[in-house]
Formats: sequence, C-alpha cells, structure tokens
Amino acid sequence: MSLVGPSLAVSAILFTIGVLGVLIRRNAIIIFMCVELMLNAVNLTFVALSLVYGLTGQVFVFFVMTVAAAEAAVGLAIILAIFRHHRSVDLQNINLLRG
Amino acid sequence: MMAEQLFWFFAGTAIAAALLVITLRNPIASAFCLIVTMLSLAAIFFMLQAHFIGAVQILVYAGAVMVLFLFVIMLLNLGRGESDRKRAPGILAAVLLVGVLASQLVPLSGYSRERLALEFSRSTLLADPAIVFDSTMNAAGINPARATQERGVPGDIAMPLFQQYLIPFELTSILLLTAIVGAVVLAKRRI
Amino acid sequence: MHLPLAFLAALGPGQPGWLENLQEVMRRDVALIIGLPLLGFLLNGAIALWRPTAKAAVSVIGPGVLLGSFGLSLMRFLQLASAWRIAPEEAPVINLWSWIPVGKLQVDFAFQIDQLSMVMLLVVTGVGSLIHLFSVGYMKSDPGYARYFAYLNLFVAFMLVLVLGASFPMMFIGWEGVGLCSYLLIGFWFTDKANADAGKKAFVVNRIGDFGFLIAMFLLWQAFGTLSFKEVFERAPEVLPAGGAMVTAITLFLFLGCTGKSAQIPLYTWLPDAMAGPTPVSALIHAATMVTAGVYLVARANILFALAPTSQVVVAGVGALTALFAATIGLRQYDIKKVLAYSTVSQLGYMFLGVGTGAISAGIFHLVTHAFFKALLFLGSGSVIHAMHHAYHATHRQEDAQDMRNMGGLRTYLPVTAGLMIIATLAIAGIPPFAGFFSKDEILTMAFGRGEHQPVFRLFWAMGATAALLTAFYMARLVVMTFFGENRTGAEERKHLHEAPFIMTGPLLVLGILSIAGGALNSPKWKWLEHWFTPYRLESWLHPLTSAGARIAQGLGTTIRPQEGATEHALVALAIVIAVLGLALGVATTLKARTVPAHDAPAEAGLWKVLYNKYYVDELYERYIVRPVVSLSRVLLWKGIDQGVIDGGGVNGSAALSRALGWLGSRLQTGQVSVYVVLFVVGALYVLGMVAWR
Repeated sequence: MSLVGPSLAVSAILFTIGVLGVLIRRNAIIIFMCVELMLNAVNLTFVALSLVYGLTGQVFVFFVMTVAAAEAAVGLAIILAIFRHHRSVDLQNINLLRG
Repeated sequence: MMAEQLFWFFAGTAIAAALLVITLRNPIASAFCLIVTMLSLAAIFFMLQAHFIGAVQILVYAGAVMVLFLFVIMLLNLGRGESDRKRAPGILAAVLLVGVLASQLVPLSGYSRERLALEFSRSTLLADPAIVFDSTMNAAGINPARATQERGVPGDIAMPLFQQYLIPFELTSILLLTAIVGAVVLAKRRI
Repeated sequence: MHLPLAFLAALGPGQPGWLENLQEVMRRDVALIIGLPLLGFLLNGAIALWRPTAKAAVSVIGPGVLLGSFGLSLMRFLQLASAWRIAPEEAPVINLWSWIPVGKLQVDFAFQIDQLSMVMLLVVTGVGSLIHLFSVGYMKSDPGYARYFAYLNLFVAFMLVLVLGASFPMMFIGWEGVGLCSYLLIGFWFTDKANADAGKKAFVVNRIGDFGFLIAMFLLWQAFGTLSFKEVFERAPEVLPAGGAMVTAITLFLFLGCTGKSAQIPLYTWLPDAMAGPTPVSALIHAATMVTAGVYLVARANILFALAPTSQVVVAGVGALTALFAATIGLRQYDIKKVLAYSTVSQLGYMFLGVGTGAISAGIFHLVTHAFFKALLFLGSGSVIHAMHHAYHATHRQEDAQDMRNMGGLRTYLPVTAGLMIIATLAIAGIPPFAGFFSKDEILTMAFGRGEHQPVFRLFWAMGATAALLTAFYMARLVVMTFFGENRTGAEERKHLHEAPFIMTGPLLVLGILSIAGGALNSPKWKWLEHWFTPYRLESWLHPLTSAGARIAQGLGTTIRPQEGATEHALVALAIVIAVLGLALGVATTLKARTVPAHDAPAEAGLWKVLYNKYYVDELYERYIVRPVVSLSRVLLWKGIDQGVIDGGGVNGSAALSRALGWLGSRLQTGQVSVYVVLFVVGALYVLGMVAWR
C-alpha cells in the first residue's frame, strides 16, 4: 500500500498541532519547539512526496534541516538575550514594541 | 502488512508525543517529547525509503538541535513554570484557526501516487504513474531505486546536491557561518 | 469735414488692400488707445503709492493720456469715416491673443472697431478728457489727488475695453472693470462710512445685474457655441427662432444686466447714493459713460432684441416707466446732485425706450447728446459746489454745500457757470435748436411710430412725454433755486463766492458748445434743412449695424412707421410745447415759493414727503430683500453649512476619522509576539485558501 497518503495526513496533523502550540503557549522556548515541530511536519511532506516526484524532495529536506539548525541557534541566542533583560521568557510581558 | 502496522505505530507515537509537547507544563518534559516525535519521524522516513534523511534527522535534529534546546532550558533554569497557557479568548481564537487549518490539510491524506499522476498529467489516458514519474526520473537520472543500487544511499542525495544544487549548498554554508556569528554575538554578556 | 478725408486719401476705400491696411493701423492704435489710460493708471498709481505729493506730474499724466487716446480715436474715426459703409462682416477685428481656448469654447482677447464702437469711443475719450481737465482744478487740494487720477484712468481703460470688445466675454471684462472703478471712486473719501457704504451698494446692486449678463452668456453659448459678436449676430436669424423662448430669455437676461449697470427699475437705487463720490466722477461715470454701457449693450445686440419683440416691449416699457418714475422723484429733491442723479436715471430710461423700440440710432443719439449736457450739468454743479465749499470753509460753518436751499442768486457770483448751466437745462428740456430736443424728439416720434402696429408703444410715448414735462420742470426748478432769487448762503459767505478757475470752466465751455450744436449729429430728415447743408447723419452712420435688425422687424411686423407730414409736425410741436410749458411752470413755481435755507426748512408732508423719500424704495428693499438674504446667509450658509458641515464635518471630521483609524490601527500593535503570530497564521490561511480555491 502506498504510504504517501497517510504520510501526508500525519504531516498535516503534526503541522496543525504545531500551529496550535504556537498560538496557545506563553513560554517562548516552548513556542520555539512548536515551530520545530512544524518544520518537521513539512519535512515529512517533502519526503513522502519524494516517493512520487523524485529525489528533489529529499535534497530539499536536507536544506530545511540545515536552515532549521541555524535558526535554532540564533533564536535561542535571542531568547537568552531577552531572558537576561526581562528575567523571564513569558511572552505576555515582552511588549516593548507596543505602539 | 508488517510495514503498515509499523507505520501506524510510529505515526501514532509521533502524534501523541506532539500533543504532549504542547500540553506539558515542564519545558524539559516538552523537549523530551519533542525528541520522541523526531525519532518517530525518523523511523517513518526510513519506511519511506529516505534512509539518508532518516539518519540525518536523528543525527542533526534529535542529536544536535534538541540538545541545544535542553542546554538553553537548563541554563535559564526554567522550572515547572506557572500555568503558562493563555486566557480564554486567545485559546478560542487558536482553536478556531487551527480547526480551519486542519480542515484544509487533513484531506491531503486522500492523495496517492496514482492520484497525483492523474493530476500531474491532466488526462486520464496517460495517467500511469510509471510513465508520468518514472520516465522523467529516469531521464534525469534520479530514479531512487536504480540510483541506490549504483551509488549507495548517501550517493543518491550527493549527486543532485553537488551537481544541480551546488550553489544553494554553498550558500547554506555561508548561512551557517552567519548563524554562528549571530548566535555568539547575541548571547554574549557584553559586546 | 472734407479736408481730413483728403489728407487720408491715400488710404481711401476702393484701393486694393485697403481693408488690410486699415486693420494693421487699427491693430496698432487699439493697443495704444486702450494702453494709454492703462499706462496712466500704472504711473499715477505708482505716484499715489510712493510720492503722493507729486501733483504736477499727475496733472500732466492723468489728462494727458486721455487726450492722447482721444486724439488717436479721432484720427481713426476720420479714417473710418471715409469707409462708413463697412458692413458688419468687414469690421476690423484685432485679435491680440487667444484668451480661453478650452475645448469648444474659444474666446479671443480681441477688439472690434466698427461704427458703433467708434461713436462710443469718441464719447468716452472726448468727454473723458474734458472731465479729466476739470478734475485737475476740482481735486487740486485733495490729498488723494494721484489716487483719484489713477482710478479715473483705470476706469477709462476698462470702459474702452467694454466698448471695443469683440465678444461678450470681452465686453464683460470691461463691464466688471467699470463696476470696480465705480466702487473705488464712489467710495473715494472712504474715511466717511456713508461713502464706503454707497460704494458697496453700487457694486453689490451691479452684481445682481451681472448675474443676468452671465446667464445670458451661458444661454448664448448653448445656442451658438461661440460668443464673438460677429458670429453670433451673423447666425442669429438662423439659429434662434424669432420670438422664441430662447432668444427672449437671452435678451431678458441681458436686459437684467442693463438694469443693473444703467440704473433702471428695479436696480437703480445705487445711482443716487453714488453721488457720494467726487462730482467729476458723477459726471463721467454716472452720466456720460458707465451707465450708458447698458444702452450700448442693447444697441450692440440689436439683432437679438429684434428677434424677440416681447423683450423689446419689456425694455421700452421699463425704460419709459423708469423715465417717469425717476422724474417724479426729482421733483422734490433738494440736493443738487441728487436731482441730477434722478435726472440721469430718467434720461437713461429714455435711451432704453429708444433702443427698445428698435430705434437704435435714436437711442445712441440721445446717449451722445445726454453725455454732453449731463456732463455739463454735473460739472457745472461741481463748480457751484466747489464755490460753496470754499465759502463755508472760509467761514468755518458746517452746512451742506450741496443743498439748493442754501444757494440762490449765484448767477452774480458765478456768471459763466450759470450761463452754461442754463444752456444745458435748455438742452435737457428739449428746446430747439439745442441738442436734447433733436434726440428726445426722435425717440418719442419713433415710439409713437411703432405704436401703429403695437398700441402699447403709444402708452410708452405718453409716459415719455409726461416725463419730458417733468424733466423740464425740475430742471428749471434746479436752475432757479440755485442761480436766481436772493442768495441764502449767508452774508459772510457771499464774500467768498467766486467763479471757478479756467481749468474748470474751459471744459464747461466746450461742453456747452457741444450741447448747442450736438443736434447736428443726427438732424431729422427735413427737406428744408437739407437745403442748407448735407448733414452727416448718425442714423446713416450706424445703418450697416442696424439694417439686419430692421429687416427682421419687417418680417415680424414690428417696424416703426415713420411719421410724415401732419402727424410729424404735430408731434414736434407737442414736444416743443411740453418743453416750454415745463420750463415756465418750473420757473414760476420756484420763484413764487419761499425757499428757506436748509437748516430752517420745514419737514416735508404728504405727497411731497413720499417723493422726497424716493417712494421709500430703499427702505422696502432693505426690509424685504436685504434683511432676509443677510439672515439667511448668516444662519444657513455661515453657521449651518460653513461652520457645521464644512468645518465640523469636512475638516474636523476627516481629522477625527483619521484619528479613529489610527486608534484602530494602534490596537493592532500590542507589541506581543503572540498576537503577531496569530496574524501570521491568519495570513497563511488566507494564502492557502487562495491557492486551494483559485
């Protein structure tokens, strides 16, 4: 049985869960982890479709992972900087951009 | 049979762990659940014939990125955390949005190779997936089955990576350099 | 008259290229004729602003430019006289530049010289020059000397634009411009509020008339697609059905403009108040030139009026009524200038009676003769007022120098003025052989003649005749009260009364001569006259311009039946009898009545009171027209619309709206990442929807 369909469904569910997490949680790091979850779901989509369209999908996953790693590093550095300033990572209190 | 059940097992694990990620209060616990999700996904990758990617998933994602997350959580000494869910209106909006998103994405499960071939060729006559996909893949020389026989699993990826996608590859290395510098600068105590 | 023509024989008609030659010469001269007074305005204005005491320079520039203009006009007249049969299509049009080229509306800044504009040109520059010279003496001691001449020159420039304009908008420029200068000059001594108010009143009432002119121009453009005189008048018989609604509307609106500018009922009320200005101004603007602009307009557009017999009846009727109405008011006025003002209104009524009947040349003839004797009357009264002022100034008494009850027996002190005023009175009363007789008689005869086919004109004739009687009466009253009887000015003052200097009496003399001899311009077709000399007749001079109208009248059955033989003699005799009778009554009544100086005079009573208060027309206008309009403007337009809607709704409202939108926008900028994430997701969903459901 082809695994493409179910993989796509799983990916969709994971992505949705990731979005839900981003919207619901207040802790910056948890939100960041949910973003990683979304990225993973998308990776699953790419890989599933590489079974149909060819290896390009997997190459793309390669790049996505690289970028995700870089992004994780920089993002966590930012969170560290914010934490030093505010003494907490609760996003409700970080509203200096308010206007 | 075996493959299918294995698939559903891992899929279920991934989804359950993802739900735990967004519901647990302790950040460390969330991080560990995320690791579980990633490992399950790696297994699924293997089942989808993406061996190299599966391996890299474990190595990079579960092994490096999540470790970084754990380091930061422990560095910040985030404890249990108070109830850090948003208030009702926010949750309501979130659920609504997510419901819409789900309704869009989940029907994707109906897709299969045959169906995609149908849509790809836009006619029913030539909608044989073998013709539509395999011939192009053969022409481009990236048919996964054959390539694996000749070059081995990493070789599959390496060929397009260093031929067609060389420039993005190089750019990615610069991106990583930028990220390193950025992370170091941002996290220093004093610039 | 033949000598100058011989001098210009080189450019005579019949020679090839003559018309083009004429056009070239005219082009250069028109610019000069109008440009000289304009230059005078600029120079005098500059002097007024920076060196108001340089009176000598102004005395040279002010009248000088006028005399220059007059000289040029005279030369061109003599040249044109040799070609006096130019058809309207051939009249030189000097196009200076294209003024309004907007889509289908093409209006050029162009001037036209033909027989009618030539007549007006000579009157304006000629009488204008005389009045300028008079002003040099009259305004000598006034601190605003330079300003006065600047305004006066500007007025002449605008008046010239009015009479020389080649299209309705050009004429309108002049029309508005003279209205402006009238305002400036009436309120010349603006430090006295009454004078400033009089100026404002003149301008505002004129404006009402101008509205009519504008509407007429709009209608004309709608009917013809052009506004230049040549084209409109050429095509008028084809475009506008005779007697139709369109042409009647156009002519009636034009006439509304005339009632404003030429002080006819119902818009005459500004003219008596305009006497607040210096007397030479009253002479020039409110006797000889500006107020005649309306008559000129009707004469110019005589084809349109010929096509609308209803309008002609209206014009003639309003003219006759005004003539009678104003004459009755003049019977009981004591201010010498006010009498003359009402006399002007009345005489303008005559002119409109003339042009309304279709007798264009008769109306214009009366315009010319009226310019002579009315200017003479005003300037003469100016001379009298000048003397009275001087006398009161010397004795430091505060009396009204213009009130005739303070005068009397002045002929011993101002003999030249008195003699000339008597001549002018004889002229205006219509005693032959003075100028007024010929012109007035012509108008009345024409009205009578038209009455053959349209009996209502007989009524107008009767009104005109009655007005003539009253005119003679009140003019005689004026002369007797001022110059005869015993002097009421006061013993002290008498020592200071003296004749005006020559700079003032000189122009009076010239005008006197013209008042006597002016009748020769349009001498009637009497065989025994033609025995003596071949007269140049104004009617023949204007014939090319009026022939089309006459033909239309023939077609419509509205012609004037010329009177012959017995009827003609009877009418003439009647006119003379009326004039003599009026004068005699006036002299007798005034001599008999015991006039007392103004401050002792008893209040008026009964009918005399009504006449003295000018039938309370001003008060009626004030109560029923002015006040409602003012309160409407204040309440509805100012407070309601301007403050409420435009300021409150528009200006402040749009600001409030911006602020509200900004506030809404600012609610979006919470600074919280979670909110922004929500927006991301919404955006992503939108894109997804677009892609999925294209």
